[in-house]
Amino acid sequence: MSHPLIRSMVDRLVAGLIVLCVSVAAVPVLVLLLFVLINGLPGMLTPGFFTDPPYPQGVPGGGVLNAIIGTFEIVGIGSLLAVPVGALIGIFLSEYGRNQIGNTVRFISDVFTGLPSIAFGIFGYTVVVLTTHHFSALSASVALAVLMLPVILRATETALVLVPNSLREAGLALGAPRWRVTLEIVVPAALGGIVTGALLAMARAAGETAPLLFTAFGNDIIQTNPLQPMGALSLTIFRNALVPYPNLQQQAWAAALLLVALVAATNILARIYVRRIQR
Amino acid sequence: MRDGDAEIKLDARRVNFWYSDFQALHDASLAVQARKITALIGPSGCGKTTFLRIFNRMHDLVPGTRAGGEVLLDGHNVLSADTDVINLRRQVGMLFQRANPFPKSIYDNVAYGPHILGWSKQQINQIVEESLKDTGLWDEVKDRLRRSALNLSGGQQQRLCLARALAVRPEVILMDEPASALDPIATLRIEELMQDLKKRYTIVIVTHNMQQASRVSDFTAFMLMNQQRAGEVIEFGPTDDIFNRPRDGRTEDYITGRFG
Repeated sequence: MSHPLIRSMVDRLVAGLIVLCVSVAAVPVLVLLLFVLINGLPGMLTPGFFTDPPYPQGVPGGGVLNAIIGTFEIVGIGSLLAVPVGALIGIFLSEYGRNQIGNTVRFISDVFTGLPSIAFGIFGYTVVVLTTHHFSALSASVALAVLMLPVILRATETALVLVPNSLREAGLALGAPRWRVTLEIVVPAALGGIVTGALLAMARAAGETAPLLFTAFGNDIIQTNPLQPMGALSLTIFRNALVPYPNLQQQAWAAALLLVALVAATNILARIYVRRIQR
Repeated sequence: MRDGDAEIKLDARRVNFWYSDFQALHDASLAVQARKITALIGPSGCGKTTFLRIFNRMHDLVPGTRAGGEVLLDGHNVLSADTDVINLRRQVGMLFQRANPFPKSIYDNVAYGPHILGWSKQQINQIVEESLKDTGLWDEVKDRLRRSALNLSGGQQQRLCLARALAVRPEVILMDEPASALDPIATLRIEELMQDLKKRYTIVIVTHNMQQASRVSDFTAFMLMNQQRAGEVIEFGPTDDIFNRPRDGRTEDYITGRFG
């Protein structure tokens, strides 16, 4: 059983199996990326893609400037709502929440992470759209904020829990009250993890479609007023995919590629940031 | 200092301590003289660190702990419920076993205590320089005060933590095996510092290293776990007496290395 030759063969067999499994997992993803790249690049390279709003159906040309602005603005406002609240809850859970209250909050947060994203859309619709009698970017931001909250909350808590207790003891032994130790020592030490969590939550929110369907609703003109309906990249993809006009379909592919690129860039940014902090 | 005119700075009287249901200290008493170095020695697990951490109420951070008895700092019982713990911890500073500088600049580390106390920028600048000079770090770091404290060597980091503790002008400094993670040269520097500091501060040091205790301290307390696994102070006196004329057989056994 423990013969060295057999051991090395088993070693190589298992290593081979692992490589096989990784390939099986990676291949569909790579194929998908390639597909999006090949189909999306022509649309992206079309002049006007980044600078023009969509032209009326049947008219050649146009772009997705409305959607780019929309995605940034909707996710931006949503982040302004979700990041401070999520970070504060995360701080509470880590520093003051090792009890039944904390466990309850954690449980609810974990349930939320599993909710289908359209549920957040219904929330945004009921709370904002119905009361204001208006589709608006704000309602989408609210929906996305609730979606991002559990992610940011958990990432913040995890980052804070990773800060060694010896730092807290050092601060307290100097005669600092607990809240100052938390805010001035522990949180700065965990900032890398908190920022990364926020960035990743934002990247996820940028790709969401269902919550935006009946909140932001979409808008073909360039709109920056958050109280008005607004376009977004995910909505453009959704709507143009089924339209029989090739230039609009091409824009949909290109919008998909743009979204993928934005999400990838955010992830890479987050990693670089963490690496620099750890130096 | 003869016993008659000794000023007792920290007076622990029959301290009992529990982690939930487990008693970790039994009737532990210790009279720490002002501006002297008192060492707590004993085998692992005998309660030295537990005892030390009661003096600045660090045990409050662990849920389920209970302390009985009295610990008088200048006559006031620090274990009583109406003690201002924040102020206590300023008066009684602590140096930990492993250096734990904040992930901030060298300056910000030392400045943190005074910053909490609300001192002015000018006062803080002054105290940072003084504290770093008192720990022999000033010349080594004066040109890189704004650089991260984490780039210092282990010995430098521990001296930085000492400077940080000194910056709030404590009266007592508790040291929990401060040199156990350091090389012999760095250890020697800490010991030299202690001799210098005791002119102004009262020092209590927990140490595993008997040679260190006999080198550095004026008074020594020997602790042991009893049958119920609670720590007790077996013998306490001038270091010279403890190491050369121990009265208790167990003290003598420990000192001569028969166990420990």
